[in-house]
Amino acid sequence: MIGLATFGSTFLSSVIQAPQLRPEAASSIAEGVDHLYFVLTFITLFFTIAIFSTIFFFMVKYRRRAENEIPPDTEENLPLELAWTIIPTLICAGLFLWASSLYFENSRPPSASTEIFVIGKQWMWHIQHPEGVREINELHVPEGVPVKLTMTSEDVIHDFYIPAFRVKKDVIPGRYSSLWFQATKVGAYHLFCAQYCGADHAEMLGWVYVMSPADYETWLASGTPSETMEKTGEKIFNKLGCSSCHQPDGTGRGPSLVGDYGKEEDLKSGEKRLVDEAFIRQAIINPNSVALKNYPPIMPTFRGQINEEQVLQLIAYVKSLASEERNSNGK
Amino acid sequence: MSTATLDVHEVPTGSRVNYLNAQYGVKSWLLTTDHKRIALLYLFSITLMFFVGGTFAVLMRLHLIEPQGALVQPETYNKLFTMHGVIMVFFFLVPSIPATLGNFLVPMMIGARDLAFPRLNLLSWYIYIIGAIFTLYAVISGGVDTGWTFYTPYSSSFSHTSVIPTALGVFITGFSSILTGLNFVVTIHKMRAPGLTWFRLPLFIWAIYATSIIFILGTPVIAITLFLLGLERLLHIGIFDPAIGGDPILFQHLFWFYSHPAVYIMILPGMGVMSELITCFSRKRIFGYSFVAFSSLSIAVISFLVWGHHMFVTGQSIYAGLTFSVLSFMVAIPSAVKVFNWTATLYKGSISYDAPMLYALGFIGLFTMGGLTGLFLASLATDVHLNGTYFIVAHFHYIMVGGAVMAYLGGIHFWWPKITGRLYPDGWARFAALVIFVGFNLTFFPQFMLGYLGMPRRYAVYPSEFQVLNVMSSAGASILGIGYLIPLIYLTWSMRYGPTAGPNPWGAKGLEWTTPSPPPTENFEEIPVVTEDAYDYAHSTVTRG
Repeated sequence: MIGLATFGSTFLSSVIQAPQLRPEAASSIAEGVDHLYFVLTFITLFFTIAIFSTIFFFMVKYRRRAENEIPPDTEENLPLELAWTIIPTLICAGLFLWASSLYFENSRPPSASTEIFVIGKQWMWHIQHPEGVREINELHVPEGVPVKLTMTSEDVIHDFYIPAFRVKKDVIPGRYSSLWFQATKVGAYHLFCAQYCGADHAEMLGWVYVMSPADYETWLASGTPSETMEKTGEKIFNKLGCSSCHQPDGTGRGPSLVGDYGKEEDLKSGEKRLVDEAFIRQAIINPNSVALKNYPPIMPTFRGQINEEQVLQLIAYVKSLASEERNSNGK
Repeated sequence: MSTATLDVHEVPTGSRVNYLNAQYGVKSWLLTTDHKRIALLYLFSITLMFFVGGTFAVLMRLHLIEPQGALVQPETYNKLFTMHGVIMVFFFLVPSIPATLGNFLVPMMIGARDLAFPRLNLLSWYIYIIGAIFTLYAVISGGVDTGWTFYTPYSSSFSHTSVIPTALGVFITGFSSILTGLNFVVTIHKMRAPGLTWFRLPLFIWAIYATSIIFILGTPVIAITLFLLGLERLLHIGIFDPAIGGDPILFQHLFWFYSHPAVYIMILPGMGVMSELITCFSRKRIFGYSFVAFSSLSIAVISFLVWGHHMFVTGQSIYAGLTFSVLSFMVAIPSAVKVFNWTATLYKGSISYDAPMLYALGFIGLFTMGGLTGLFLASLATDVHLNGTYFIVAHFHYIMVGGAVMAYLGGIHFWWPKITGRLYPDGWARFAALVIFVGFNLTFFPQFMLGYLGMPRRYAVYPSEFQVLNVMSSAGASILGIGYLIPLIYLTWSMRYGPTAGPNPWGAKGLEWTTPSPPPTENFEEIPVVTEDAYDYAHSTVTRG
């Protein structure tokens, strides 16, 4: 079925070239999504036209010729009923498999993705690169490199949508969502908020600039970042006094965070949790909900004391401690 | 279809006692327990709400002629689409066919004198009116801007508009749906005329039955959801807002658990109307009666299991996404089966082109488009791109306006002579059907294209490259608006000046057509005994009159 559908989509490739029917296709998944879209369009037009022509044909052929005309009964036809139940079922099964495999393939970012952080806030997009460069309503990305966005919201639900990449993901307060893409064409593309978020929802938009990797490096370097995200994170870490309990050698009242990122931790509840971005965020905002088995639950909450951007910077710092350990082990 | 004989031709309508002239005065209407009078109370109320909601839509389309917005501030625009959605969904589409045509026809089609609980039926209307008053109060007190979907935490912690009165209005109106559903289920189970077995029932009754089940099982969930929303907004109990410990996605699960089945509340009765129209105007038994009947039930059941397809981009797990996707594809099958069976019913029929039939044909075309574009949204990979864009807007308007409203108008035109005892000008009615069909397509087809091009919905201003398609859509909306005004004018006119209608102007089968037009208060002098299947045109002589 997928083979057949692929054949159909190849056949339709020429149709796709027509302008005005689709936005620019500028990511690695855009062409695949467009093929599916045009096959679906073809199916829609085919059945609509087929049903309408049949109806018009019947309307003319069997129009009422005499006021008291009574047509004879038509026999029920089980094979026909089964045919028009089973054939649409098969078409739907084929479409489901095709669409799902496409979605499945595109759902996980490659491990070697460049990471960029996004914070939605009524009504603008704050973006921070790990190197420290900050942008508002603009996102610069290198061409041909997988980019993973880690996103959260300061207030209501937003949605990060780049039509030219055919990607979209809700940006939700209180949790991290992620999105990845690989841009394939240098250019400027629309960035929209696609989840209604209040008065200026329609103005919560921006531009995504796809640059050649060399240009991107130049742009990053010229961005005059004050410091990298992990460096800022380290400052916050010390300023908030995190370092007094989370001492690197593990002698503090809390666990050492060196090498903690990516490990599994035993919780008091008996649950095991992977230390990832979401876990660290939860530990900062609502520490008791992830109290560790071997430590007293004495960490205070930092809810209201730091914003989402600072949380992300702290996470960047904690993550850097993990690679620090890996580096030192390697040596 | 019945053995009861009625000699109505000889009695002129004016002198005969019927449900309309049995009593006069405002009190006789406001305290009536006659299902037919209650149906008319609903008809007037929802027509009013339809034109209020429609006015908001016209203002929105006018505003969107210019990319920077031609008419209002963004805040006002946000209120316009919210109130358009709230009023059209909860105060027009949900009650439309069940509360008007269903109320009028369920007892008449099954050979009963009234619904099982006539006073409960009147109570339902009062509850609807109270709910509508709260919502209209919200409109007057400055409006509400959350979108009809009330997504949290925007609605619970951020919006500064009349969220509580609106939500309360919707909450209250829900009880009217629940009571109406209960009334129909009991009536259909217990009050069918002798000989009227389940498989002799008109398919309209099957559709209303399936709808009633959704009313009873689904509506309490939206009531609970809005109640929780009110708690959080008023008392700051953390349920949905993560800043106070809640989960915003929980709201979406609860909301769509009702609101997706609600789509079928809107379309299933329309499908029931379709089966009546297609059989009458082709004088044929429905092709595949049991397939059509059971497809209504299977739609009702599966509709409860597809809510997650509204949430493919919220970050729900891939496997949840796959499950909801496959179930959403499944719900398409029974709808397709119905369309094929309606088409096959026309085969070798005796087809006339009366106005209700034109609405029916319009329904098939628009519903087919609406249903098939649903496949784009059940498909995970394309939904990611289309979710939250104008494609969604176009898709659900094809179903809910192209489908449900077309069927509603077809049904109103079909049963109008029975309800009012008057005929309307057929030429005008056919003309209006055509204007509506053209206006509708011009309004909403460009929105499919806008959606794939990436224009998000609920945008008060938009990038200028989308302007051409938006202007087309707005032009279509003005044609559509005129199309809806034409029937309002000639139907109102016909109530006073239309020629009097005989008991069965279309030569239709069905118990309701064996009564005089308009029917007497008790519907049937004698309870009929049914000896035939539904739509048994082949074994009887049909006379229009």
